[in-house]
Amino acid sequence: MAFEPKRPQKTYTYDDVRLFTDEELKNYTAEEEKNFKIKHDIPLLEKLESGPWPSFVADAKRYALRRRKLGEEGKLLISPDVVEDLLGQVELSFVHGETHWKHGGIVGVIGYGGGVIGRYSDLAAKYPGVAHFHTVRVAQVPSKFYNTAFLRGLADLWEYRGSGMLNLHGSTGDIILLGTFTEQLEPLFQELTQVLDVDLGGSGSNLRTPECCLGKARCQYALYDTQEMCYEMTMHYQDELHRPAFPYKFKFKFDGCPNGCVASIARADLSFIGTWCDDIRIDQDAVQGYINGEFPPGGGSHSGKDWGKFDIYAEVIDRCPTGCMSLEGGELVIDNPNCTRCMHCINTMPRALRPGVETGVSLLFGAKAPILEGAQMSVLVIPFMKAEPPYDNVKEMINKMFEWWMDEGKNRERLGETIQRVGLQRFCDIMGLPPAPQMVKEPRTNPYIFWKEEDVPGGFERDINDYRSRHAR
Amino acid sequence: MALSKDRLGRFNPDKHMEGRVTDIGPRHYWQFFPPVIQNNYGKWAYHEILEPGVLVHVSETGDKAFTVRCGGMRFMTVDFVRELCDIADRFSDGYVRFTTRNNIEFIVDSLEKVEALKAELAKHTFAIGGSLKFPVGGTGAGVTNIVHTQGFIHCHTAAVDASSMVKALMDGLFEHFTSMDLPAQVRVSMACCLNMCGAVHCSDIALLGYHRKPPAIDHEVLHKICEIPLAIASCPTAAISPAKTEDGLKTVKLKVERCMFCGNCYTMCPALPLADGQGDCVVMMAGGKVSNRISMPTFSKVVIPYLPNNHPLFPEVVEATKQVLNAYAADARKYERIGDWAQRIGWEKFFEKCNLPFTEHLIDDYRLAYDTYRTSTQFKYTEAAWAVTRAAEGEE
Ligand code: HEM
Ligand code: HEM
Ligand code: SF4
Ligand code: SF4
Ligand code: SF4
Ligand code: SF4
Repeated sequence: MAFEPKRPQKTYTYDDVRLFTDEELKNYTAEEEKNFKIKHDIPLLEKLESGPWPSFVADAKRYALRRRKLGEEGKLLISPDVVEDLLGQVELSFVHGETHWKHGGIVGVIGYGGGVIGRYSDLAAKYPGVAHFHTVRVAQVPSKFYNTAFLRGLADLWEYRGSGMLNLHGSTGDIILLGTFTEQLEPLFQELTQVLDVDLGGSGSNLRTPECCLGKARCQYALYDTQEMCYEMTMHYQDELHRPAFPYKFKFKFDGCPNGCVASIARADLSFIGTWCDDIRIDQDAVQGYINGEFPPGGGSHSGKDWGKFDIYAEVIDRCPTGCMSLEGGELVIDNPNCTRCMHCINTMPRALRPGVETGVSLLFGAKAPILEGAQMSVLVIPFMKAEPPYDNVKEMINKMFEWWMDEGKNRERLGETIQRVGLQRFCDIMGLPPAPQMVKEPRTNPYIFWKEEDVPGGFERDINDYRSRHAR
Repeated sequence: MALSKDRLGRFNPDKHMEGRVTDIGPRHYWQFFPPVIQNNYGKWAYHEILEPGVLVHVSETGDKAFTVRCGGMRFMTVDFVRELCDIADRFSDGYVRFTTRNNIEFIVDSLEKVEALKAELAKHTFAIGGSLKFPVGGTGAGVTNIVHTQGFIHCHTAAVDASSMVKALMDGLFEHFTSMDLPAQVRVSMACCLNMCGAVHCSDIALLGYHRKPPAIDHEVLHKICEIPLAIASCPTAAISPAKTEDGLKTVKLKVERCMFCGNCYTMCPALPLADGQGDCVVMMAGGKVSNRISMPTFSKVVIPYLPNNHPLFPEVVEATKQVLNAYAADARKYERIGDWAQRIGWEKFFEKCNLPFTEHLIDDYRLAYDTYRTSTQFKYTEAAWAVTRAAEGEE
């Protein structure tokens, strides 16, 4: 397997990069934490401090204390009050039932068209700490494993040059650093790339940071190397990621199997979903093990309730959506050409069944959220493709698609909307793909076929006199 | 190389291209994998969930990776990041992972380490209020963490806040996070406006912030800050047209009866805000999923058109979610997702069993609405059907 990064990777310990001393990191006591009052009254937010689920309010408050102390010692570049002012503004937003962020604001770093979302408070006089509150998107590690050196380095950097508040992770998958002033955007960017060795993510009308499931790192179902492919595609399309040239945003997401843990079919303009084309591997002894109750079905996923003894008919064979499984002479038999690889039997008896070994990806295009014309899921366009480094076959498809979409797509039109506007036939034509029944749930129910002139003998040019020679007026 | 303490760090405003590094992309993943992951990459044979929140993955090499999954706040501070790093340094060789659904995972290579880790995690509670910092759970047939969006913490188009609703909901659903007693996994998602950054439209239960008043028009500045043709073109229902103010300024006017409150015009034009504390609300959708397991991926359907935006505890939202969840838990078959269950029993029974009213707002009237109308005599009798019969004077 290839584990080659496209460029040498820096390794560093926290001590190599750190900004704060141990004393500075532990600058408040539990006693101080309990007695700390922030400068605004926030009775509504304080209702969210109890209850078992982690409280972001409690976290923000204790951090406000730490920031105030660091600020008093002159150790921060951004207002020490930023957390307190954010809480104050959110509290007032609760009272009004309305957000207090202004619309947009174009800020960014030189040479990039995305990665920073400008944000300004409409209550800057009252909450000066959040007068500017720009977000910086930082590219997540594919499948989101980290070591503490990286996270601690990022924490120091963001505390010093930003609000110290962040999302791990935002909904596209990027690390989202929440809130800094315009002045600190360039310095932040340079520290990120030159010291922490990480780039900004995407925003705007460009490729967003591709995202993948955890795949082969810790999942037996991964049918291709999601991290590898995600990383390769991210690196290959850096220009598309940083310099917006598309009609609208574009997302790649990589699911290792039809279980779809990163929800690519719902969220990605181009969804890569692992699949196989040979037979499900069966360990008949383990099948008996499940029947005899030696192994918990679903790897124990339903153990919180007594569902009775495992019944292979009720739970697997009769639930198979294609009816392609049977027990014959005590052996499980699968009619593989009729299996649609839904994963149910494999998920339910993970010790007995494994996907095949001839694996690849299905390519589905066009998912998007409801804006504008309604939600769409990705459409199965390429049922099976080998997915092996350097993925030249896949890149070729992608390049064809980008070229066409940049030409044909209207402003703020997602790929799925362009496909809907011009028709799937036209899209397949552009991609050089023949039509296939796999692309539709069923054939069309209306006969309004847009025949082309070349389809019809004699073409569309008609002579009315010729017609009239046979038909009186 | 240490991080810079200079006010502008490595940035020189006079020579801004100096030393600049761009297009390096994300960190490569390999060095962030714990040894047990590196050694068994692509060799995993099967997994088991030992207890809620604790998984073991067994490799063909015989190695085992034990994962402890904790519910996470996606909004956090660097204090919290450092606290979880302290735990990772002490218990999991300095490695930690985040899931797509904002959970936090610590991976270790023995069961003893799992026990030590769990004992440690249980000790971490907030001094203020006492909530857990690292609740263990979120596996199997239960409710895992709610994916959500920015809300009032960062976004300018939010119709409701996100973090507060999620905190209140997860408190309310906590027993399902720490157990696996539902018919199948239940994925709850939350988005604070129709842009759906969290793309909640394929979730078992989706909560969506929604505006219910057309944009207010800021005539005074519109001509200055808005590209009028773009604003007009942005409206999917052609509700916006050009107009002039009494003072002769260029502006727009609205056919309010056409507005579906999508906010697309506001995205294009800051002079058309929709937010309104009185009008904004929460919509519940249900029955969607992204997995291909048994049934195909499906969209969520609107099941409650209006719930109040009652910040910060959203009692009506929490109650309604529990109502649907309880009806589902009591009635669905093993492996049935909420949508599979509704499909099997029929949506009329879904509304009956969940005790939800069916209102006119639940009948599609957007494009292609006809596809969702029932063109069959196959239906089940519920009170709603008899109400129609009575209205039609179809009873003696
Ligand atoms: C017309 C459609 C959309 C508009 C106008 C829109 C607008 C925005 C805006 C303004 C933000 C910034 C929020 C903030 O941090 O203040 C944002 C964030 C984001 N959007 Fe969208 N969005 C749209 C569609 C989508 C879609 C379809 C997706 C994903 C499939 C998406 C994913 C995200 C993500 C991941 C973020 C980051 C914020 C977060 O993590 O919650 N957006 N979007
Ligand atoms: C403009 C459109 C959209 C934006 C900006 C957007 C953004 C996002 C973001 C940022 C996330 C978080 C991803 C993560 O945490 O890994 C997310 C998650 C998700 N999105 Fe979207 N999304 C959009 C559209 C959609 C659409 C159209 C769908 C589905 C049809 C969708 C379905 C999902 C789902 C299911 C998740 C959660 C995945 C999970 O289970 O963890 N999104 N979206
Ligand atoms: S999508 Fe499939 S391969 Fe990827 S993590 Fe989920 S189950 Fe595993
Ligand atoms: S993967 Fe699905 S379709 Fe194929 S045999 Fe198993 S249950 Fe049936
Ligand atoms: S869902 Fe809407 S309100 Fe929420 S972060 Fe996205 S764009 Fe903003
Ligand atoms: S909110 Fe949507 S429907 Fe209403 S005017 Fe604006 S763009 Fe048109």
